[in-house]
Amino acid sequence: MTKRDRGIGIVETQCYTFAYPPDELELESGGKLGPVTLAYETYGKPNTDKSNAILILHALTGDAHAAGIHEADREPGWWDNMIGPGKAFDTNKYFIICSNVLGGCKGSTGPSSLNPETGRPYGLNFPVITIKDMVNAQRQLIGYLGINKLLSVAGGSMGGMQALQWVVSYPEITASVISVATTANHSPQQIAFNEVGRQAIMADPNWNDGDYYGKDLPAKGLGVARMVGHITYMSDVSMSEKFGRRFKDTKQPFKFSPEFEVEGYLQYRGDNFIKRFDPNSYLYITKAIDYFDLTNGKGLHELLKGTKSRFLIIAFKSDWLYPAYQSQEIARACKLAGVEAIYCELNSTYGHDAFLVEIEEQSHLVKHFLERTARDIR
Amino acid sequence: MTSAKPEYKTILELVTPGSSVLDLGCGSGDLLALLESKNKIRGQGIEIDDKAVFECVAKGLNVFHDDIDTGLSEYGDKTFDFVIINQTFQQVKKPGVVLREAIRVGKKVIIGIPNFAYIKARFQMFFGGRTPVTPSLPFEWHDTPNLHFLSILDFIEYCRKQNIHIENARFIGKKRRIRILPNLFAETGIFVILKGQGDWEVNDTITRR
Repeated sequence: MTKRDRGIGIVETQCYTFAYPPDELELESGGKLGPVTLAYETYGKPNTDKSNAILILHALTGDAHAAGIHEADREPGWWDNMIGPGKAFDTNKYFIICSNVLGGCKGSTGPSSLNPETGRPYGLNFPVITIKDMVNAQRQLIGYLGINKLLSVAGGSMGGMQALQWVVSYPEITASVISVATTANHSPQQIAFNEVGRQAIMADPNWNDGDYYGKDLPAKGLGVARMVGHITYMSDVSMSEKFGRRFKDTKQPFKFSPEFEVEGYLQYRGDNFIKRFDPNSYLYITKAIDYFDLTNGKGLHELLKGTKSRFLIIAFKSDWLYPAYQSQEIARACKLAGVEAIYCELNSTYGHDAFLVEIEEQSHLVKHFLERTARDIR
Repeated sequence: MTSAKPEYKTILELVTPGSSVLDLGCGSGDLLALLESKNKIRGQGIEIDDKAVFECVAKGLNVFHDDIDTGLSEYGDKTFDFVIINQTFQQVKKPGVVLREAIRVGKKVIIGIPNFAYIKARFQMFFGGRTPVTPSLPFEWHDTPNLHFLSILDFIEYCRKQNIHIENARFIGKKRRIRILPNLFAETGIFVILKGQGDWEVNDTITRR
């Protein structure tokens, strides 16, 4: 077995807590939040001048566990095929950090965390958060880890939004950005799908205005939200290939039990989602994505003007949730701003999921992009 | 490396070291990589073919996966010191629009075109009665990416009509530079052009034949 095959091996999620009162984290909404905990994992080692650090940012329901396996469940991280020895994000060369987001439910402070004022979970008392707030929290983590400059900030989907926010908020410490299947502002169609998910959760009687901790969970509502999500992550072609019009081979207990394979798949994904995700986090994070507008109506190119960061922008042809035109807009802004950039539209039939699946071509682009970036800052 | 290509050598001579360069239809990026390493330019490529884009990225180049027929409009006037259109001019849908845009976004444009009136092409047409296939036009009629066929004279005439100033012209034959009767003996013409000021002049040796 080569070193590449072995991957990273056993990893552990760690936590960093900061923003203790009275130095709470100031939020974009004007509110304050503290203390704040961020869950994170690191892979590889920092070099002597700590110039090889890369921050990886996850999508809506992701977590800090991007690579390697956890001892308990042996589950590989969500981008394990991209991060590791000899892989695109090569842990023999780079020090990789993956941070969970503020508002999440995978070890970071979110609506399911205990509110220090009441001793009970925040629920709907949790403040509204934005992508910018997530990034500001991550900035503190990076400082705590002793990193003065990031070689790259990379992510797909919501992770890509955070990466873009990083370069706009902290251009001087972000040497490069890798934005995959993402957008600089959420479109009405994208907001609409998120709203269906939120309505499904809030329509579940167990939701109880967000106060369900320790009681029956709004599992069905969250499940329906997840089903809608999964539909948008796939493509017409990938669904046809995966399910066709095939029937499940089980007996039907009643008329509207899932008959088609696609129904069974969506229900299974929906039903199991409650085991790993908090419904209130789903509400807060989808709202943060919907609020996301990097430019606030101004031209993106004006925000990027003077930026020394390099951009790698990747889109997928069959992604209809984050269509390629949104990535092209980012590329266009780079052109106008005179920012060094690579834009590539990859052929894939996997739809939005492609950023987790299309490894070979993404790896090629990321690997060479990082090599050049590392060469330039030397 | 294809540094042996005489047209690359010529273009390397024409591009000012340290300048900014946009290569339209940069292919797998051989020329741009050469310019970066030898002339220390700041380069950006635009290329439509995904395989070629991957090769560019592997060479450490900045490249946009885009169509040069539409990919220039975002750039401001005189964004680049040089815009290069090497062997792609004859392949674009609207060469007039691309050339006008290139002249707008570049202080100077370096354009390389295959000469359809090259002597071998003339022979193949005249005596063989066949659509010519030459080293600079190496495609059979049914699988050519070329949409437009032009000679060195056609291009010069076009520039005159469009008030485009030809600052410099180099003509390349099979192996060496061609100095006489380029429209007959050159396989490739390479021109440095910019927006004309009205003071149009053409070297006499270029226009004959």
